[in-house]
Amino acid sequence: MSGKEYRTITDVKGPLVFLDKTEPVAFGEIVQLRLTDGSMKNGQVLDTSEDLVVVQVFEGTAGVDLNTGVKFMGDVFKLPVSDDLIGRILDGAGRPRDGGPDIVAEENADIIGAAINPYSRQSPHDFIQTGISAIDCCTTLVRGQKLPIFSASGLPHNDIALQIARQAKLKDSDEEFIVVFCAMGITAEEFNFFRSDLERTGALENAVLFVNLADDPAVERIITPRLALTAAEYLAFEKDYHVLVIYTDMTNYCDALRQIGAAREEVPGRRGYPGYMYTDLAMLYERAGIVKGKKGSITQFPILTMPGDDITHPIPDLSGYITEGQIVISRELHQAGIYPPINVLPSLSRLMGSCIGAKTTREDHKSVSDQMYAAYAQGRELRGLVAIVGEDALNERDKQLLDFSGVFEDKFLRQSRDEDRSIDETLDLCWTLMSEIDTKYLVRLDQKWIEKYHPDNRS
Amino acid sequence: MSNEGVIYRISGPVVTATGMEAGMYDVVRVGHEGLMGEVIELHGDKAVIQVYEDTSGIRPGEPVLNTRETLSVALGPGLLTQIYDGIQRPLATLEEVMGVFITRGVDADGFDMERKWQFDATVSNGDEVVSGQVIGTVQETETIVHKIMVPPGKGGKVKSISSGEFNVTEDVCTLDDGTTMQMMQKWPVRTPRPYQQKYAPDTPLITGMRILDFLFPLAKGGAAGIPGPFGSGKTVTQQSLAKYSDAQIVVYIGCGERGNEMTEVLDEFPHLIDPNTGKPLMNRTVMIANTSNMPVAAREASVYTGITIAEYFRDMGYDVALMADSTSRWAEAMREISSRLEEMPGEEGYPAYLSSRIAEFYERAGRVQTLNGDDGSVTVIGAVSPPGGDISEPVSQGTLRIVKVFWGLDAGLARQRHFPAINWLSSYSLYPPSLDQWFRDNIAQDYPEIRTAISGLLQIEAELQEIVQLVGSDALPVDQQLTLEVARMIREYFLQQNGFHEVDAFCTVDLHYKMAKAILTFQESAKSAMAAGADLQDVVNVPARTDLMRGRFESTYMDEIDALVDKMNNEIADAIGEN
Repeated sequence: MSGKEYRTITDVKGPLVFLDKTEPVAFGEIVQLRLTDGSMKNGQVLDTSEDLVVVQVFEGTAGVDLNTGVKFMGDVFKLPVSDDLIGRILDGAGRPRDGGPDIVAEENADIIGAAINPYSRQSPHDFIQTGISAIDCCTTLVRGQKLPIFSASGLPHNDIALQIARQAKLKDSDEEFIVVFCAMGITAEEFNFFRSDLERTGALENAVLFVNLADDPAVERIITPRLALTAAEYLAFEKDYHVLVIYTDMTNYCDALRQIGAAREEVPGRRGYPGYMYTDLAMLYERAGIVKGKKGSITQFPILTMPGDDITHPIPDLSGYITEGQIVISRELHQAGIYPPINVLPSLSRLMGSCIGAKTTREDHKSVSDQMYAAYAQGRELRGLVAIVGEDALNERDKQLLDFSGVFEDKFLRQSRDEDRSIDETLDLCWTLMSEIDTKYLVRLDQKWIEKYHPDNRS
Repeated sequence: MSNEGVIYRISGPVVTATGMEAGMYDVVRVGHEGLMGEVIELHGDKAVIQVYEDTSGIRPGEPVLNTRETLSVALGPGLLTQIYDGIQRPLATLEEVMGVFITRGVDADGFDMERKWQFDATVSNGDEVVSGQVIGTVQETETIVHKIMVPPGKGGKVKSISSGEFNVTEDVCTLDDGTTMQMMQKWPVRTPRPYQQKYAPDTPLITGMRILDFLFPLAKGGAAGIPGPFGSGKTVTQQSLAKYSDAQIVVYIGCGERGNEMTEVLDEFPHLIDPNTGKPLMNRTVMIANTSNMPVAAREASVYTGITIAEYFRDMGYDVALMADSTSRWAEAMREISSRLEEMPGEEGYPAYLSSRIAEFYERAGRVQTLNGDDGSVTVIGAVSPPGGDISEPVSQGTLRIVKVFWGLDAGLARQRHFPAINWLSSYSLYPPSLDQWFRDNIAQDYPEIRTAISGLLQIEAELQEIVQLVGSDALPVDQQLTLEVARMIREYFLQQNGFHEVDAFCTVDLHYKMAKAILTFQESAKSAMAAGADLQDVVNVPARTDLMRGRFESTYMDEIDALVDKMNNEIADAIGEN
């Protein structure tokens, strides 16, 4: 490219810079801005024509004036990738943040990422044991899945994500995940929490961190997850690693998207979020999976905080339509002092059916999980009734179910932050807890499993 | 002015070109890589193009070439068993050319142009043929005979025609006026294929799902909408319909949905057996998979590609069922492109023409007399994904205005693990009046009355449940308690159906009629036994009733159900003596 610098800015609006009279500029091309004080900013072309070019500036437009020099770099945004990424901490635009050297590129990968041909995908079916009973039993995670945590402000989603990152492994295997961690607009305190935890457990050596903090430019957040996923794809599909991508907080990402939409005066969709947010989110979430003929995989754990605990808010709503289930964190359980406060009732893993059973987890898993869910759901419902009519009005069955719902929360859900339960331990625990209910009320359990696993029949 | 222009502007999937002669919906090749696009707006010298592939890296000044064709699909032998993206590129071919990631600038034929098919002429030299007439046949798959038809608009006296082995582009027939015909024809996707007239539908599409076939039947040639929030089982329902409905051809459009889910379908379908023919299900299936992260303009086109293929098979006289999952993603694609065009938005940012586009799409369903006088149909079943599950939004409303069947999925039922999670109170079908005659003639004279009785019981249950919420069920009189038991039986025995169970997944109309009858028989016997002094609990708990209900998981159920009902009646009668 000519490397010519243009000083033809006509308008600056929010994160956007408008220029006229340039060379033909490619859509998506990377742009460098040199401010009058000599400092540099980066951006990307959002709209290009012979007369007008719109550039989105990642670091924000503070200090940009009409004399700012604009240079088009001749290429779309690429991330230098290599094995050296592992163990590094990078900023939201992919530059080293840990004081280390620049990444020596083995190749430069386009960060937009092409869609995986659905025909070339392989159905996920490998059970991931997280060591958290509520997840392993009721919303089982599968390698190659995208399973978000729907949380809200003030809830311990970060602890849960970290616990999963620490403990996740294939059953009967020591094969570890490479964690790609992508922070978008979280506080320095939260980030330090993540980092020190990863350092403490030694996981940092097997992790790549992309970090955009709350006081970093909001617009940069648009590219941060794309960088993280590009690194993940490289590690998974070129280097055969199993990659676990954790990103937090998707809500900040969506807000950045909205900010750009507003600056471009786009017609807003629901709650001011752009109409293309579904497609945009899909282009992130769909980068999870396994492809035929490659050894690695990408499993995604996006964390999002539901504004106002509202699951119908566009961010959780659109996410739920794209991801393969969700893990819902409950304020009520959290306030009752239960960790992890996972509400299994609205939680779901769509791929669970493909990874549980005799070959992978245990033959009674499905039956147990259905029964635990059903009994807890009924018990929870009875709590409402008891509040009106009192416990004495319940029949024997309902009393047992009501008691069970308490035990479920206290014994099954509750576990400590470093307690790593194997799937066998989890399922045995289920049987122990269910044995407090009369067998005749356990209608979803197969008779043959009762004979084999019920504590009465085992001792 | 010529067919070549240059790019003036690029904004995401929307590209503006100047200096090019263009008409609306002309297909163009954009940039040095020749990305496929379609003209969707004209402003004087400027043509606005939606591009079906990613536009990053394209610059103003690059060339644009107008092909002067409109977006068309190739129709001919080789369509069946294919899996396409939104613009009829076979995904298997794309994988061969590009690897596992879908890159751009690659063209692929809709099916193998070289493969030789055995063509058997059905007309002779000297015959007069008209548009749509069948001139020969090809055994495309084990179960489906592909009929080669005179393309619409053509016709005349046959000068020469011969049977033999041909590929799809070789001439198989020449008319006196010199017109040649090949086995493949092309048709623009946005234009409905012509037919002689539309008939009123009078035959049900049997889906094998009891709640649908019995309470809310869909006619062959009808249109149905399935709205539901995420996690309520839209996709499972759609897939179930694709597997078990008694259509002869199934076109399944995965429009803007999950990649892994599509992969599951792609993995599973080739191994499934069509219960109606006993042959692999893929033999009658064409699939279109344009997942949510594939280009948005191709998603917009995917439903048109699908329905044009469906119409083509309809013209051969087949009953075709088309599933679109999900039409909301299609509508969102329209919204996205509309907003790039800076059009004045209608409700919730959707373009003002949203409802008319939805209506036009569903209107391509129907049972028709084809150009050659045959009877064929296209049934359209569209899933809708309303944000937050609230169906007051524009896509749901636009759909409900046009479809005659509404299968409302319910997150609450899904949470209770009641599947299919179709709400029997909010769903409806407007077809029973036109289908009842068929049910009377083919199943049983009293079929409609049995349906009315069952849906009446469900209504009463809903009212009684409100009281039960307040005072508990013990406070109700025994006859009402019995009604609740009967309704529970309807829900657990009849409405619930295990879509993954090898026997229960598909239920014939004859069988579900017997099951509905069995429920009413139980109600009658229980009533008379209780009138004679039997205790409600004894009546409800007779073991034979449990056997009757469990029996539905056995493949021999159809032969055993009558005996099971008799046994239940006897045991209920015995319960009188116990008190």
